[in-house]
Amino acid sequence: MNKPVNPIDLQLEDDGPLYVAQKKVYPQSVSGTFRRIKWGLMAFCLGVYYLLPFVRWNRGLGAPDQAVLVDLPNSRFYFFFIELWPQEVYYFTGLLIVAAITLFLMNSLGGRIWCGYLCPQTVWTDLFYAVERLIEGDRRERMRKNAARGTMKLQRFSELLLKHSIWLMIAWWTGGAWVLYFNDAPTLVKQLVTFQAPMLAYIWITILTATTYLLAGFMREQVCVYMCPWPRIQAALTDEWALNVTYKYDHGEKRTSLKKANELRALGESVGDCIDCYQCVAVCPTGIDIRDGAQLDCIQCGLCIDACDTVMTKIGRETRLIGYDNDINIHRRQAGKPPIYRIVRPRTVVYSAMIACVGAFMLYALLTRTLLDVNVLHDRNPVAVKLSDGSIRNAYTVRLLNKRGFDRVIAIDIDGPVNATVHVVGVDSVTPERPMIILGRDQTTELRVLVTAPAANNPEKSVPVHFRITDIGLGEVASATDNFVTP
Amino acid sequence: MAEHSDFDQVSGKTTTGHEWDGIKELNTPLPRWWVITFYLTIVWAIGYWIVYPAWPLLWSHTTGVLNYSSRADVAVELANLEKIRGDKMVALGAAPLAEIEKDPALLALARARGKTVFGDNCAPCHGSGGAGAKGYPNLNDDEWLWGGSLDQIMQTIQFGVRSGHPKAHENAMLAFGKDGVLKKDQIVTVANYVRSLSGLSTSPGYNKSAGAKIFADNCAACHGDNAKGNQELGAPDLTDKIWLYGSDEATLIETISNGRAGVMPTWVGRLDPPTIKALAVYVHSLGGGK
Repeated sequence: MNKPVNPIDLQLEDDGPLYVAQKKVYPQSVSGTFRRIKWGLMAFCLGVYYLLPFVRWNRGLGAPDQAVLVDLPNSRFYFFFIELWPQEVYYFTGLLIVAAITLFLMNSLGGRIWCGYLCPQTVWTDLFYAVERLIEGDRRERMRKNAARGTMKLQRFSELLLKHSIWLMIAWWTGGAWVLYFNDAPTLVKQLVTFQAPMLAYIWITILTATTYLLAGFMREQVCVYMCPWPRIQAALTDEWALNVTYKYDHGEKRTSLKKANELRALGESVGDCIDCYQCVAVCPTGIDIRDGAQLDCIQCGLCIDACDTVMTKIGRETRLIGYDNDINIHRRQAGKPPIYRIVRPRTVVYSAMIACVGAFMLYALLTRTLLDVNVLHDRNPVAVKLSDGSIRNAYTVRLLNKRGFDRVIAIDIDGPVNATVHVVGVDSVTPERPMIILGRDQTTELRVLVTAPAANNPEKSVPVHFRITDIGLGEVASATDNFVTP
Repeated sequence: MAEHSDFDQVSGKTTTGHEWDGIKELNTPLPRWWVITFYLTIVWAIGYWIVYPAWPLLWSHTTGVLNYSSRADVAVELANLEKIRGDKMVALGAAPLAEIEKDPALLALARARGKTVFGDNCAPCHGSGGAGAKGYPNLNDDEWLWGGSLDQIMQTIQFGVRSGHPKAHENAMLAFGKDGVLKKDQIVTVANYVRSLSGLSTSPGYNKSAGAKIFADNCAACHGDNAKGNQELGAPDLTDKIWLYGSDEATLIETISNGRAGVMPTWVGRLDPPTIKALAVYVHSLGGGK
């Protein structure tokens, strides 16, 4: 990409093209530490994605038993032991903040770990490349076959047919797994197989099949280079201490072929370890040369490290000519000093502290989450009503939330105005001074509550009134405060 | 395009030849798929013009081959809504009036429906929360001219008060002064007497026994001997703290002199029976219902 260009060649073109064709990348297979890590993470990520909807979690009778479920019709989100209501979406805000800062932390420690190992675009593209390699052969074979595409034989045609079929199958499963998070998975799978699933499920599967097939099969590194904002953002987040996949030019330069290097070394001249074999370029999924230095197009997947290590081992030179390193250490080595790594530094400490703070706050909110709640809204018009005996009545809309998976009986007590009585519209309670209501499980109940008090006992224009609701069975209590107004 | 190409040694790229204060712009061509996508969006837009309404004409607009109209969409949605609502309102219509408040689902439906209908039809006089105004009863309190039971409320909503409907509540307060039944000083006396019934202050020198006599002769027929009123006749209780027109002496004199005959329209025929039912439950649930 950034290879020096001979200016003479450019004279032949006029002003250069307005747009460029996508340079086709043929990553070569490679083996080594980072390839193994990538296989492991791919298996883990895809395994979680495809299988999680089938994990069951018992929540009792009548509640969904899917461990992770976004129940849109009923406005509920289930995640194992957590059940969230729409008014609790701030947990997601917290989750997103933690996720963002974790990305920053990753970046300040080891560069684009997300891009290289965990990003769905990387994982699926890697998988699609694996399929391509399995069917069409390795780099050279694919390049040869692609170059001869004008004369397509039956064998080549069947190869391509097979490759695209497998790609589409993977893509279909990607979309298929997605919709399972929004419905009971076993039921939906059954419906999908018998073509009885809701139209919306098919539409979403089609959309996600298309995007997966297109992005992992064709767009590939173009997504990272042109479409994704993260490469740009990460350039602002990295610093001189962050470990990035780096070509250690202090070891590598001057590049000399193996044979010539041996000759020069015999003469006592200093030459670099890099033998210019281009293996790092051949395995690169974005088709760049890591030896050009840190660059936007590098997703830092570490495959060039494996490629270079293989070559260095073969020729008996020191490995990790390409490795996780930074400029500070290159300069230190050039100055004859030992390398240093500083993981604990203000940046990482601040990020970790932020993650800990937000995480602790979320945990606290989760652990103290109320399962019984009450909200009170005072009638606006009229604010207060004078009754025929001169006493004052205020009306409130009281909303009760029962977040438990079973019905329960609650009692309403009020406290505030002197000699006040309470009445709930539609409720003939056996204990009129303390109305009792049955709250349906996992739902809110809205009540119209009338509080009446003699005006003579309540000369204040406004006194606070506390609504306390008590679960008769469990003893759980929730309360809310409003005002009792006298005209 | 640039007049000439240039080569930048540092980046190894050509430049566009544009230069600002010594800074040259590198030539970074867009990927071809990007450009193709851009052209595809243009093609898509043209397709959109053909398929959907797009271009304004002088008096109308192009309708598109699909003949799509968002207004028609709204009509369909509203029809669907009416259908859903219709089924529920049938259930409401079938339920006995007394049972609605005991069923939380029906009560919620009746209150929701009642609130909307109240806002559209009743609020101009009774206020959006039913708080009333001078001459327009507060529907939240516990005093009812024509009765505050569910059936009585529904009866009043259906046929109104002095609305001209044969079943409407008809009785009205007579104009004792204007019709010459009582003289000015008698009116002042009885007004003070009425004030005294609910513990309000009276003018100095007012003759209580004279007031009681005038009341017994003229007012007790409707308001009762004890002045507790009569809901059969729409005669309000004069001993309590609620006054439809006001309790000060001047207002009382005006009421007794000129009479009162507020009108409430009839709603039967204008609102369908389940809606009137919902409205009755809503008014009843405001707080004053008996």
